[in-house]
Amino acid sequence: MSATGTGAAEAPRYTKKDFESDQDVRWCPGCGDYAVLSAVQKSMPDLGIPRENIVFISGIGCSSRFPYYMNTYGFHTIHGRAPAIATGLRVARPDLKVFVVTGDGDGLSIGGNHMLHVLRRNVNLTILLFNNRIYGLTKGQYSPTSEQGKITKSTPMGSADRPVNPIAFALGCGATFVARTVDRHIAHMEETIKRAAAHRGTGFVEILQNCNVYNDLAWNVLYDKEQRLAHEMKLEHGKPLLFGPVDARQALIMDGVKPVVAPAKETPPDRLWIHDESNVNAAKILADLFAPDYPVPVGVFAAVSAPVYEEIVLDQEQRAIADKGVGEIAKLLKSGDTWKIE
Amino acid sequence: MSETAARAVTAPKPRRDLARAVVRFAGDSGDGMQLTGEQFTLESAVAGSDLATLPNFPAEIRAPAGTLFGVSSFQLQFGSQRVYTPGDRLDCLVAMNPAALKVHLDDLKPGGLLIINTTAFDRRNLDKAGYAANPLDDPTLAERYRLHKVDMTALTLEAIQDLPLNTKEKDRTKNFFALGLVSWIYTRPLDPTLDWIKRKFAKNATIAEANARVLKAGHAFGETAEIFSECYQLEPAEMAPGLYRAMTGNRALAWGLLAAAERSKVPIVYGAYPITPASGILEELAMHKRFRIRTIQAEDEIAAASAAIGASFGGAVGVTASSGPGIALKGEAIGLAVTAELPLVIFDIQRGGPSTGLPTKTEQADLMQALYGRNSEAPVVVLAPATPGDCFFIAYEAVRIATKYMVPVMVLSDGFLANGSEPWRIPDPSTLPPIEVHFRTDPNGFFPYLRDPATLGRPWVRPGTPGLEHRIGGIEKQDGTGDISYDPDNHDHMVRTRAEKVRRVAQEIPPTSINGPATGDLLVVGWGGTYGAITAAVERSQADGKAVASVHLRHLNPLPPDLGHILREYRRVLVPEINSGQLVRVLRAEYLVDAVGFNRVRGLPLATEDICDTINQLVEGH
Repeated sequence: MSATGTGAAEAPRYTKKDFESDQDVRWCPGCGDYAVLSAVQKSMPDLGIPRENIVFISGIGCSSRFPYYMNTYGFHTIHGRAPAIATGLRVARPDLKVFVVTGDGDGLSIGGNHMLHVLRRNVNLTILLFNNRIYGLTKGQYSPTSEQGKITKSTPMGSADRPVNPIAFALGCGATFVARTVDRHIAHMEETIKRAAAHRGTGFVEILQNCNVYNDLAWNVLYDKEQRLAHEMKLEHGKPLLFGPVDARQALIMDGVKPVVAPAKETPPDRLWIHDESNVNAAKILADLFAPDYPVPVGVFAAVSAPVYEEIVLDQEQRAIADKGVGEIAKLLKSGDTWKIE
Repeated sequence: MSETAARAVTAPKPRRDLARAVVRFAGDSGDGMQLTGEQFTLESAVAGSDLATLPNFPAEIRAPAGTLFGVSSFQLQFGSQRVYTPGDRLDCLVAMNPAALKVHLDDLKPGGLLIINTTAFDRRNLDKAGYAANPLDDPTLAERYRLHKVDMTALTLEAIQDLPLNTKEKDRTKNFFALGLVSWIYTRPLDPTLDWIKRKFAKNATIAEANARVLKAGHAFGETAEIFSECYQLEPAEMAPGLYRAMTGNRALAWGLLAAAERSKVPIVYGAYPITPASGILEELAMHKRFRIRTIQAEDEIAAASAAIGASFGGAVGVTASSGPGIALKGEAIGLAVTAELPLVIFDIQRGGPSTGLPTKTEQADLMQALYGRNSEAPVVVLAPATPGDCFFIAYEAVRIATKYMVPVMVLSDGFLANGSEPWRIPDPSTLPPIEVHFRTDPNGFFPYLRDPATLGRPWVRPGTPGLEHRIGGIEKQDGTGDISYDPDNHDHMVRTRAEKVRRVAQEIPPTSINGPATGDLLVVGWGGTYGAITAAVERSQADGKAVASVHLRHLNPLPPDLGHILREYRRVLVPEINSGQLVRVLRAEYLVDAVGFNRVRGLPLATEDICDTINQLVEGH
């Protein structure tokens, strides 16, 4: 078994149905999670990985019920710790394809520390972070991604915290693949999940997801037809950063060290910002942009190559064995200073 | 090295026979007292003595020189008879500076040997130690103890004056002068230390030469100086024949895991976050990658436990370790392993608490945490090693039980066992009980919570096994199918089943061995690192003709099935612990016996003498 191989060669031909478990799905009617589940199940056959080699790990929260609904191996664990559990699993079993399903509270509040470290280590796994900007399972308290001043049950006069930006956080942690997609943009979601899953290292995907019960239309800027047309900016490698309706196309360009929006028609081609996924510095600028002053970037912010944590761990083991052979406890016990008593 | 043992140094001065001695080296953190003590230990072991050690050092890494809190010490008891403890009172104290004298003098027996490095007794160091006047000028010191004032620094510098080293480098070898001198006094062979110096400083011949010369100079000083009128020799102890090595508890835990990985053929993933006094296990394991043990230095205690659980889910044996504060953080994760019914081994190297407490000092106060320190009812198996060497067998046993019963196993070691060492007879690993791990591969009739009728363990399935794809988690499950279940009766059933599974581990426990008469006036019950102190005290009382016995529990949950019966065979039951009464509470609750505690929580091992006094009071007082 290779360190990262997942037996793609012998994978049978699957359909979406092969990845549906026999469990009743228990999310609220109308929840964005249904669309994500469907997109993930649909993406699976294209990964070319035998079903038994796929593991979904989650923490706690609405999104974390996800593994129960996937007909793969799955482990619904404790709040915030899925990245750490998945790291241990990858170190033990680098032959498995591991997904971590988490939310804004699970992944960025109680589990923020583990998210930081899984990203900086570049463990080879795929993280799907469902961001609905609210605590749903505990019935509607503000989350670490809620906008400042958010009125919720726990913040009747508005939340005092400033929100964390998952994309900026991931890039700041040294993530090697960072993308954003939207629960209502099915095709884009499938395409993004597949790309993240194929990434060697940690693939981090923020999925803007709707909690229709406690925070309905939090991402309306990307749901409402007109707003979406005005603000959505698709990130496409090698293509200029353009957005807005055809008749009023806007370009995102740099004015010195500041990103600015300018009419595309009046922007000379050599001033256009050509999206480059290998440029992490550029991705960090894009990460902070949002409506209404800026476009909302969706797609792959950055995809770069870096050493994978568990591959290094395994390589050290292999080198130690190649150097001196597999350890033998009987020999070790007698090594060093010993003495005989007759 | 057996020939070395026989070739003990012979000296012209008359040597008095001695049965045992307690020696303590004390000095500044930077004086190399731990190293000195370790080398003296090795020399004594090679000379055939039985022994026990007590390293004692400050939590500060480079505590300010000369201060009272910066004093570091290493104590050992060695003897020609069985030695159970590092000893209570000192026969010999080596004080390298005024602070060391001040901190440790009270422990020296009247008439004991007091060796002082006079060079360090300058005004500055006296001030730092809080001495208004130089205590060496006080005639009562020499009246009360056999005082030997040695200008170690000057003698050290003289011995190596021609070597191309600066004064600081030269001064740093003075601990070898002390070692050489004490080695001469107790007739310990220098060869093991000379060999060690040769290996350790293989790349720096000058430093090696300096240390070797200073060691010999200290030895020669004892031989030739007129001040030492007496020196001692000890017959080799009667120990079971075999090959021996010095073993500390932390290394033994690590090697026990290596043995378990080799025997079970299941890889081990060890997740840990650095914490005193458990870090040594991580460092030891990281050196042995050839044993297919994978270590993860996690971002925190919770991640360390979580990574271990993730590994167990993947079909490896997950192991995590910490000290009390870290175990508290791991509590929720341990609960997950309980309900997911996955194997997990947790080492708790107990230290003084609460909170940060006494990081480098020992304590036994995590028993209740091990038994009950998690939300709801989350029973785990609890084991405790009795000696540093026993840690090897306990770690192995923990893996065996965890994989056989699909259950977390907590091992309660402590700071004393972790750093203390004993001569350890090297076992033949092929005599260890087999660890038979069976991964289910048959999809026919599979459910994740089907149970083995004997152990109640559920099947362990490696992800990657076709046809056995399944989901488990922290939500309550329907027994058998493993499906999410909120059914009240099922929950009641699962609570009882998880408890019963732990209870069934009792079938693994051998009959309790009783040290002493099977019935009598008093039974002393202990657990963990107090084994030596309790055994020594009980044997002393037995020698005095008292009807006293002891049992030492290595299994704390479940308790040995025969324990209740044994407790009733004695008039009184005494439970000495380095806590304010935890096992005694368990025994009273479990068996309705009127057991009493003997409790000292001083960050130090229990004193044999104190236990003896308590035994006498209880036996005579009824």
